[in-house]
Amino acid sequence: MTMNNQGRPTAPGTVEESELPTISGDRGLDHEEPLIFELGRSGMTGVDIPEVQVSDTHLGGLRRRGPIGLPGLSEPEVVRHYVRLSRMNCAIDAGLYPLGSCTMKHNPRLNEKMARLPGFGDTHPLQPEQTVQGALQLISDLMRWLMVLTGMPAVAMSPKAGAHGELCGMLAIRAAIHARGETRPRILVPESAHGTNPATAAMAGFTVDEVPATPDGHVDADALEAKLGPDVAAIMLTNPNTCGLFEPRIKEMADAVHKAGAYFYCDGANFNAIAGRVRPGDLGVDAMHINLHKTFSTPHGGGGPGAGPVVLSAALAPFAPLPLITHDGSEFRFIEDRETLPHGAKPFGRMCAFHGQMGMFVRALTYMLSHGADGIRQASEDAVLSANYILASLKDVMSAPFGEGPCMHEALFDDSFLEGTGVTTLDFAKAMIDEGYHPMTMYFPLVVHGAMLIEPTESESKESVDRFIHVLREMALEAKAGKTTRFAGAPRLAPRRRLDETAAARKPILRWKPKELPQAAE
Amino acid sequence: MSEVRFTDQHEWVRIDGDTATIGITKYAAEQLGDVVYVELPEAGRKVGQGGEAAVVESVKAASEVYAPIGGEVTAANPALGEDPAKVNADPEGEGWFFKLKIANAGEVAKLMTKAQYDAFVKGL
Amino acid sequence: MRYLPLTKDDRAAMLNKIGARDIDALFRDVPKAAIVGRSAFDLPDTQGELEVERALSRMAAKNVSAGSVPFFCGAGAYRHHVPAAVDHLIQRSEFLTSYTPYQPEIAQGTLQYLFEFQTQVALLTGMEVANASLYDGSTATAEAVLMAQRVTRRSKAILSGGLHPHYAETVETVAGLSGRVVRTPVTPGNTEDIEALIDDETACVVVQSPDVFGLIRNLRPIAAAAHAKGALLIAVITEVVSLGLLESPGAQGADIVAAEGQSIGNGLNFGGPYVGLFATREKFIRQMPGRLSGETADASGKRGYVLTLSTREQHIRREKATSNICTNSGLCCLAFTIHLSLLGEEGFTRLARANHAKAAALAERLADLNGVSLITPNFFNEFTLELPKPAASVVDALVDKGIIAGVPASRLMPHDHAARNFLIVAVTETVSDEDCDALVHALGRAVQ
Repeated sequence: MTMNNQGRPTAPGTVEESELPTISGDRGLDHEEPLIFELGRSGMTGVDIPEVQVSDTHLGGLRRRGPIGLPGLSEPEVVRHYVRLSRMNCAIDAGLYPLGSCTMKHNPRLNEKMARLPGFGDTHPLQPEQTVQGALQLISDLMRWLMVLTGMPAVAMSPKAGAHGELCGMLAIRAAIHARGETRPRILVPESAHGTNPATAAMAGFTVDEVPATPDGHVDADALEAKLGPDVAAIMLTNPNTCGLFEPRIKEMADAVHKAGAYFYCDGANFNAIAGRVRPGDLGVDAMHINLHKTFSTPHGGGGPGAGPVVLSAALAPFAPLPLITHDGSEFRFIEDRETLPHGAKPFGRMCAFHGQMGMFVRALTYMLSHGADGIRQASEDAVLSANYILASLKDVMSAPFGEGPCMHEALFDDSFLEGTGVTTLDFAKAMIDEGYHPMTMYFPLVVHGAMLIEPTESESKESVDRFIHVLREMALEAKAGKTTRFAGAPRLAPRRRLDETAAARKPILRWKPKELPQAAE
Repeated sequence: MSEVRFTDQHEWVRIDGDTATIGITKYAAEQLGDVVYVELPEAGRKVGQGGEAAVVESVKAASEVYAPIGGEVTAANPALGEDPAKVNADPEGEGWFFKLKIANAGEVAKLMTKAQYDAFVKGL
Repeated sequence: MRYLPLTKDDRAAMLNKIGARDIDALFRDVPKAAIVGRSAFDLPDTQGELEVERALSRMAAKNVSAGSVPFFCGAGAYRHHVPAAVDHLIQRSEFLTSYTPYQPEIAQGTLQYLFEFQTQVALLTGMEVANASLYDGSTATAEAVLMAQRVTRRSKAILSGGLHPHYAETVETVAGLSGRVVRTPVTPGNTEDIEALIDDETACVVVQSPDVFGLIRNLRPIAAAAHAKGALLIAVITEVVSLGLLESPGAQGADIVAAEGQSIGNGLNFGGPYVGLFATREKFIRQMPGRLSGETADASGKRGYVLTLSTREQHIRREKATSNICTNSGLCCLAFTIHLSLLGEEGFTRLARANHAKAAALAERLADLNGVSLITPNFFNEFTLELPKPAASVVDALVDKGIIAGVPASRLMPHDHAARNFLIVAVTETVSDEDCDALVHALGRAVQ
């Protein structure tokens, strides 16, 4: 035979498992990246701006004397820096992100495109009303969607996030109680509540009284009723609750609260489970914020910006904060001050400058118009279906404290299946990172030991959910079989191993400083 | 002759004459995990028995420390500001929190002895 | 529906595995009377991308976008040029579609840019530390007042009359619950005697510079007066580009700086989302609200970043938290950080000079018009004119000429009769020479 030895090896060969350190410190597509302050040089800039001299005539003697200390980089250097940083992040676009109570659903790019239309993105909050009628129409349309979906008669649009919406709702309640000539200092909050609820109640000047949970993961309605009295202003209740369960006695609790002269604040963080099927207004809710970044998929953006409009009952509607939007038959108008209030309006104040998170409003309305009322209902159903499918598929190997009944949009597990294995909830969750998944929410809600809260959302295909279930099953079985190597010290395959949070908190370093100077917080 | 007593909130108090030295127990320090910060009362502050006197923080939790006995704060442990890890290393010694001048010595009687506290912890 | 991957068969198979007859069985905890059908919602059905885009575009077209006309609005929101790279980078999936960085091993991208952001904010404001942002400048100001009340254990807050009225109302709404909020009268162009109001019960004095009329205020004497009484000075900035030319509030003795960061990296967006900057002194960090990213090392010794000092926050401290805030303005911080990194020292200070030069030239031309006077002698890129007639009517008249001339002070302080002839005019680098000519010409005619 003729021997053609020009061919190169085409089989992958065997892979050495050892971690041979690279010369660069980078690993293939994963680059280590210094701080922007450790890059660059003086005199360089990534934005070309003509140099002009300015006189001191109008500066009042307050011209800056020293340099600021910013590094100088060209555009390609800045782009590379932030692209490299981005690659150290996990994202929904890249994989299932089952963070319970956070609702990591798909973020349609149409929403981004619409928010950037110059008519929305390039309009000023104080330009004359006649030049922003389309923007006011958009807000007005979104208000209508929110009111119809929740079955509530009013909505305050300015709160900038869920917690800000809670504050808005609680201030409306406070104002309504004062308007009745009463003072009611106490707020009832279930022990399973998200931390923002008690924090908000305290910020709004109330004291917090905890309501226990029943062994089946619900708010103890009897205990709640026993705590009601003439000093109770409101109850703050999440429904579906933080265990992922619908409160079956919700209407009864609302009635009792109203009978006691108090108001029902509902934390709407989990509205995505019931939107299009259940209207909170029918449940006796007086105020509820809606996390547009969760239910209506304006992106989470690595921790904001969010938006938290608050729907209000007829009893609370007059106290909605400024600004208000009205339509006088021909034009939309802003009511921005107390001089021109419509009849009956008694705003408690103002939540922020301007009119709220317009950029998020555009995205949310785009999402709503895309889905339609039928699509929103289907999305809720699919989210609930996927969560129940996960619960049903894993509850024989992972312990589900409330696994008997159906859950809503998230499935809750605890750590009793790990008992005696030496593997903790944290280890289990961190090992998921090596498997290509973002961990589920851990150690929340607090009413369950070693909680693991899984929210798949409606955005996952059955194939994707099946693969996820398969991985978690295998992990649970391994842990229970005493094969714990993949858990100890996980993750191994992420950009970083576990980080030392203790050191970070004991000696906080909160900013970069040049080497020659001592570090910040010492 | 000093005497050490305990509370069911896991504080210890050492009585030396009319001075009480207060800290958190070994059990509490273990339960909290790595202590990262301690907020101590300033000298001169008056606290009642069971009143909030200090805060001890780990990375994921913040806990109030209550005065086992009432009095006026005379000193806070200066070493804890620089090195809160002392609370974990030696909770019932160098990791003490603050000292106070005892207002009412009769309050000591309400506190647990070492044997009582050990039994209490065992039952948790 | 294009966003929902489950098929009819998938749903049936999943229900089967669950052992539920139908989807209604999963909602069995909901009271029967509260389950509603499609007809309960008088709302349209699903629509394709084309239809939705058409509907939204039609609405957007009814607005006059700032870039389409000579445009001079400021008063808390400023139109600057944002480099194309900024918007491209913030739309990368890994930034746009990630959550709060609770799992630091797979969120170093977010944590590192927050650390960079904190450093940039500290440098710009001349302060020791900054947090990872709050919602916007107005809520940051309210949080600053609450923090000052905690730090000083006093309740009274004194707000300068030059503070943006929306900011003042936001502070009153929140801080008025736990303490007393005093506002000094609006005296545009004059420096008020705020020092005289500071007493032993004062937690803080809140002064904006440049103020809502654009006037640059000297913070030094106010800081000295506040400190003499054991009170804190909170400096507020709504136009952070000014820090490229003006002395930082930190250098002037501010204890807390609350600022609106929108000008850097973020568009006007009709008022939001924006980004609240919050900086203070090292010794107050445990009283600070909001998230913080801190440096540490991982188990293999590599440098990394984590959210830190969380015991201040609501998810741990609950009703004893420093604030109920749960988010920051993540993506807006990122835009800020990237834009400022692109500018660098050189670009940022040039940008500031370009803004001031343009504003100074236009202010002098406008002040030469008959009947028009400049009432803010010192300013950065925004100044206030007194017109011979109500400014709102002049602005409306100029809208008809295709010019958006600025913000009439009456829009912000309608109850203040003395302010009705004041026009607040902002001039940034995005304003062209032709735009300035058009305003001078049109305003000259409108005030005749």
